[in-house]
Amino acid sequence: MLAFKITRKQELSLRSSCFLLFAAIAVSLCMSAVLLLMHHKSPVDGIALLFEGAFGSLWALEESLIKAIPIFLCSLGVAMTFRLQIWNIGAEGQFALGAVGATWVALLFPDLPALVLLPFMLLVALTAGGIWGLVPAVLKIRLRANEIIVTLMLNYLGILFLEYLVYGPWKDPVSFGFPMTSQFSNSAIVGTIGGTRINWGIILCIVLGVTVWIVLRYSRLGYELKASGENVKAARYAGLPYDRLVIFVMVFSGALAGCAGFLEASANLNRLQPSVIAGYGYTAIVVAWLARLNPLYIGVASYLLAGLKVGVENMQLELQVPAAFGGILEGLILLTVLAGGFFTQYSISIRRKQ
Amino acid sequence: MNANILVPLLAAAVQSGTPILYATLGEILTEKSGVLNLGVEGIMMVGALAGFLASMYTGNPVVGFIAGGIFGALIAGIHGLVCLVFQGNQVVSGLALTILGTNLANYLGTPHVGHSAPGFGVFPVPYLSGIPIVGPVFFKLDMLVYVSYAMPFAVWFFLQYTRWGLALRAVGENPEAGSAAGLNVATYRWAGILAGGFLVGLGGAYLSLAYTHLWTNGLSAGRGWIAVALVIFAFWKPGRAVLGAYLFGGVMAFQLRLQATGTNLPSSLLLMLPYGLTVLVLVLASWKVKGGDAPAVLGVNYEPPE
Repeated sequence: MLAFKITRKQELSLRSSCFLLFAAIAVSLCMSAVLLLMHHKSPVDGIALLFEGAFGSLWALEESLIKAIPIFLCSLGVAMTFRLQIWNIGAEGQFALGAVGATWVALLFPDLPALVLLPFMLLVALTAGGIWGLVPAVLKIRLRANEIIVTLMLNYLGILFLEYLVYGPWKDPVSFGFPMTSQFSNSAIVGTIGGTRINWGIILCIVLGVTVWIVLRYSRLGYELKASGENVKAARYAGLPYDRLVIFVMVFSGALAGCAGFLEASANLNRLQPSVIAGYGYTAIVVAWLARLNPLYIGVASYLLAGLKVGVENMQLELQVPAAFGGILEGLILLTVLAGGFFTQYSISIRRKQ
Repeated sequence: MNANILVPLLAAAVQSGTPILYATLGEILTEKSGVLNLGVEGIMMVGALAGFLASMYTGNPVVGFIAGGIFGALIAGIHGLVCLVFQGNQVVSGLALTILGTNLANYLGTPHVGHSAPGFGVFPVPYLSGIPIVGPVFFKLDMLVYVSYAMPFAVWFFLQYTRWGLALRAVGENPEAGSAAGLNVATYRWAGILAGGFLVGLGGAYLSLAYTHLWTNGLSAGRGWIAVALVIFAFWKPGRAVLGAYLFGGVMAFQLRLQATGTNLPSSLLLMLPYGLTVLVLVLASWKVKGGDAPAVLGVNYEPPE
């Protein structure tokens, strides 16, 4: 008789992780092709439209990069909390609070010069997002409240708060009833780089990504995060400031998501409206895990998944495929990567049973 | 507040609490086996759609209700595949399942938005519904509510007094010891995942077949997550789950009524109530009672020895 022998591998290779990611995307696309057939759409046309929309033209490449910025910022923070085995699912709400904070400043002081107004908006967005990350951290440490559920509930609360503002007190009186604030003044808008449609937030992403990578790899803080994440009890016993680390990563994560909210409202929409909430906070979780929580890979994975979103928008337009198709792909890719991780972490050999 | 307002409100609380009750009991079964399944929201959505479509095509709401459970178990099976067979991270797998399930239901349900399917109407229980106050609150509802009354007892009895229930709890507390005693850990965890998914799927089907009678995308609106929170609030005990589910049902019913009567409060703020209450309930659950701890290895995969 044949039997499988399963042993854990000692180290993981980068090549096998990359292969896994692309294999997962391929498998997920095949499975979602079935879903296209169920809606009587041609899977070949669908997948072609997906890729064309995502990476098929300069416009598409630019569009994907624009969407990659908020995903990257949210994911960078989320990955830091995951390293510590703290599951921050709340980037979506922290993003909403950041957008609200920045808008509040933009509406209050429209006449300040950009050099003062933009940093002020950023500061308030970072603070608002950070507070939305701090609350679950404190509840977790003081009262052992499960951070997964608290951050998720804070998503609902944050988004509803944003909706309350744009449907109510902040609604533009001349918006013909549409739920949106009036347009920001020119000095409250983050500009684009040269002749492109990419805003200056991309520079922030690069600086932050490299900084986080260096901090994680070479600093004491990076070491403490790694050690605490691997074994909380041992870390506490060794005198590592576990509680303070939790607070730090949650506030950091919230602030980054808040920053993404600020950029979306200011640079892309030029105002606050409900469509600012586009699921980036949830995509960020998928990205963080696909990138194995590594800041540099997060850059790559953010771009891939942003491309997927843009491609799905193209499918929506050309094939009338429901928007939920993108979410199905994200879920499938994440599940396949999780299951496939088995083959990169364990080696399987076949042997004859005696 | 007089009885004319209070009695319908309490009846609505029981009705709105019923889908949450099914889902909470399902997650208790799963978590008792040591498996954390955060996909409840996604499973509920799939159950809701499967129940709706099955009832629409067969014309029989009972078939729909059971289909909701079966598809709930099937989609929960993905979690079993990822975590039990491939040793994937339980937290991330559950989140992925929520993303997949909610979007799958919204995708396949899009052509049916606004359509209705045969569902369960009010069926007053003879004699019992005549009792003052208790009758109209508990016994003038639909059949699925009455079925749900038996569920907490069934789950409690199964876990506490049957051999299988004991084995299921054992692999959730100490899989090594269970394995040494001859239990197949994976088998009981599969049972916990599938049975739990079935109950969560029933909760979803309740939403489309008895609560709304028509399909809307995003039907569960966070109820799955509320159920996950209630498991903690209930200290993994089916009896306390009833309390929590009806509390949330009450808040949801109250908020709907307030909106319907045309209050000045903006609806976005009213909609915050159940989510804010969930945070509060988790904070309250921090005052642990004796025996109110989570299963000891909840969320930890079990690797069989060589």
